[in-house]
Amino acid sequence: MPAVTETIDTVQSVTEGTYKWGFETDIEMEFAPKGLNEDIVRFISKKKNEPQWLLDWRLKAFAIWKKMEEPVWAAVKYPPIDYQDAYYYAAPVQKVKPKSLDEVDPELLRTYAKLGIPLKEQAILAGVEGAGETPSDAGRMPVAVDAVFDSVSVATTFKARLEKEGIIFCAISEAVQTHPELVRQYLGTVVPQGDNFYAALNSAVFTDGSFVYIPKGVRCPMELSTYFRINAKSTGQFERTLIIAEEGSTVSYLEGCTAPMRDENQLHAAVVELVALDDATIKYSTVQNWYPGDAEGRGGIYNFVTKRAHCRGRRSKVSWTQVETGSAITWKYPSCVLLGDDSVGEFYSVAITNNRQQADTGTKMIHVGKRTTSTIVSKGISAGRGQNTYRGLVRVAPTASSARNFTQCDSLLIGDQCGAHTVPYIENRCMTAKVEHEATTSRIAEDQLFYCRQRGLSEEDAVGLIVNGFCREVLKELPMEFAVEAQKLLQISLEGSVG
Amino acid sequence: MTALVTGAAGFLHRFEGLQQRLPGARLPFVQALREQAAEAFRRQGFPTRRIEAWKYTDLRPVAEAGFDEALTAMDDSPALPPAHGAARAVFVDGRFRADLSMLDGLSYGAESLAAALERQEGRLGALARPVEQPMAALNTMLFEDGLVVTVPAGVAGGVLDLVSLGTASERPEAFHPRHLIRLEAGASLTIIETATGPAEARYLHNPVYEIEVAFGAVLTHARLQQEGARAFQLSTAYARVEKGGTYDNFTLNAGGRLVRNEIHTVLAGPAATCHMNGAQLLRDGQHADTTTFLDHAAPDCASRQTYKTVLSGRSRGVFQGKIHVHQVAQRTDGYQMNQALLLSPEAEIDSKPQLEIYADDVKCSHGATVGAIDAEQLFYLRARGIPEARARAMLVEAFLREAIEGVQDEAAREALDAAVTGWWDRQGEAA
Repeated sequence: MPAVTETIDTVQSVTEGTYKWGFETDIEMEFAPKGLNEDIVRFISKKKNEPQWLLDWRLKAFAIWKKMEEPVWAAVKYPPIDYQDAYYYAAPVQKVKPKSLDEVDPELLRTYAKLGIPLKEQAILAGVEGAGETPSDAGRMPVAVDAVFDSVSVATTFKARLEKEGIIFCAISEAVQTHPELVRQYLGTVVPQGDNFYAALNSAVFTDGSFVYIPKGVRCPMELSTYFRINAKSTGQFERTLIIAEEGSTVSYLEGCTAPMRDENQLHAAVVELVALDDATIKYSTVQNWYPGDAEGRGGIYNFVTKRAHCRGRRSKVSWTQVETGSAITWKYPSCVLLGDDSVGEFYSVAITNNRQQADTGTKMIHVGKRTTSTIVSKGISAGRGQNTYRGLVRVAPTASSARNFTQCDSLLIGDQCGAHTVPYIENRCMTAKVEHEATTSRIAEDQLFYCRQRGLSEEDAVGLIVNGFCREVLKELPMEFAVEAQKLLQISLEGSVG
Repeated sequence: MTALVTGAAGFLHRFEGLQQRLPGARLPFVQALREQAAEAFRRQGFPTRRIEAWKYTDLRPVAEAGFDEALTAMDDSPALPPAHGAARAVFVDGRFRADLSMLDGLSYGAESLAAALERQEGRLGALARPVEQPMAALNTMLFEDGLVVTVPAGVAGGVLDLVSLGTASERPEAFHPRHLIRLEAGASLTIIETATGPAEARYLHNPVYEIEVAFGAVLTHARLQQEGARAFQLSTAYARVEKGGTYDNFTLNAGGRLVRNEIHTVLAGPAATCHMNGAQLLRDGQHADTTTFLDHAAPDCASRQTYKTVLSGRSRGVFQGKIHVHQVAQRTDGYQMNQALLLSPEAEIDSKPQLEIYADDVKCSHGATVGAIDAEQLFYLRARGIPEARARAMLVEAFLREAIEGVQDEAAREALDAAVTGWWDRQGEAA
């Protein structure tokens, strides 16, 4: 199996298991005053030169948030968050807005280059270090990247090329200026302001994120990608992404993220909204690699994210693929509301918790349209003292005749100090619907390990190989560059968990 | 007649009024348990759907109905369901009826709780958790009677029928029997329980079971819930299985208007085994909820659960099943399956299987399916000349049989079989 061979090679080239993305960029930053109040919301809105309607929208969200209580139902434990003890806006100081990539602060370009994301148009998204050295690069598809640094988007590549096709790919703050009608039409229609505690917070203080619009009948010629980087201390990142796929269009979008190693916990509360119209397809892939904290559970990102897709059109399709290796705590349920007849929702997930990481993640598939189908494949891996929970809902409305769902959740336990939990909810009100769920929990089989060891693999490599096999169904859904990066990440995330 | 106070307040009011007349009023340990339960019930009241464990079952119909204590006329001779064994304990409106029971000459002890209460110190309340389960709190606060069974070490107890009859009266009645069942080392017993009542009777049957299965003992507990169509049954069973013991529970939910069976089983000793199987046969506006909690608290234990629900009319079925594997419970083998068959477009099924696992050397799995009768299977049978109604009946029967086949004890299996067949025949008449 070439992918696995490649993984082992890659893994062997990786040095000791440290979080390599944990460096800090020293760059002049501009902050909003610490704390959260109506003035901060106004400050952010003013910074972004937003129209009145958007400020009003934010203020309404803030008012809702103040009345809400933090959710406590997830199987995660953390000390109370002081929402007043953080910066809600942090941006690299820019004298003038750069007109082209050449004008972007070279320090920022270096940061992204170091992360393996060269913000150069001839370059590809070299998700793996060393990938640039392989000769096959020349033939690969380019990837357009929107780079978000703390609260702002610092650069977007391939904009001109995409514009030729009528595709809009830019920072959402830019879209508010250039395409206000589209933003206004769709913003908050999938995840309303009061949807949940973190979504309300995000709606009030979101700073940047990507905006994607694929016009009718267009197949996006390249992968679109956003790379999120938290850099500044004591900041929260609140990005908001909105993707609209018009009738008959197709787009594949990737999301990556990293943060410096710090002893403090930083909050990342994003909202992602996807809208797929008739015959449109959106593929959304995430490799989540926020700083997970150290072995004792100090520091790390709280990743409290709301992601939801509306399949509004007939035969529309949304596919979520996520590889969750980072974050101290993950609270995330990418969902599909299948409204259009014959629409399709998919969720493929690998979640790893090692050391003291906690993940409560899963999906919701809400079947409303006729003959809607959904597939859920979730692979949870717990090691160290990690706690990993799959939490999912499949709901079939009486209108969803002949709807179909298949769910498979498998958990793998490595070590006897960790936990793996499965909490699926099935709610069916339609006689002709068919829902199937299966879940298994086990540890790596001794005979599999023995087999690998006998062929000369070290125990750690053997575990890596077996884990990659365990996750294969999900990893094969990822675009290629990401798949390679993800496999490598799995190995790194599990380092120190064996023996 | 005074107006009834409804809801939790009604029950608390009754407790305050009756406290000195309830059995065990002069026994400090009983009083302490009742006070603690009353305190818990006062604090929580009836559970609402905002409580995760009650997400799919709305108790408002119970809370809003006013209930009176059972006033049993002692001179009646109600019709009894068919007997499965020689021994029989009969309760009418939650009170033991010696005149209808047959408990003489048994090789083990079986008596009324009200009569034997002073000897239950340390045993009563040993397993029930009224602070966590509000219905157990209500039971502890107001129980008047129940069955105490003690099977001595090595004794094979055979089959014991436990019968609960609800009766029709002017006002809805509530009764809260408390049953204490203990099997000592190597003992065995099969309890076949039938709970029933007239179709028009309005009552709440709220039993709590405390079940101890000692080293190597085997308890089969088959429950046929065939309450009257207007009745409520909310039961909570607590079982603790020691080393090498087996608890085999089967719950058939066929009657009642709103029913919930909660089972908490702890596999407390190594190599203990638990089977929890069940079938829910629902029609019209019935609501039935089976909620199981299985604690694997010792190594090398095995558990098997198969639950089947058949829904017609506007009925609603709920299954919640949690398997908790503690860190010490290495080499646990846990399996759970729940399946639902929807026969009507207006029925609803909600299912929440759940695994919570803290040990690594385990093999745990669960599965859940929901669907209608398979069109291909139906076609196959019809192509062989079987009329549609008969073909459907055969498929439903086969669907249910899978759960019943898991019951090891023959007498219990036969009783369940007969009850399922009876349900389907009545269903056929109604259709």
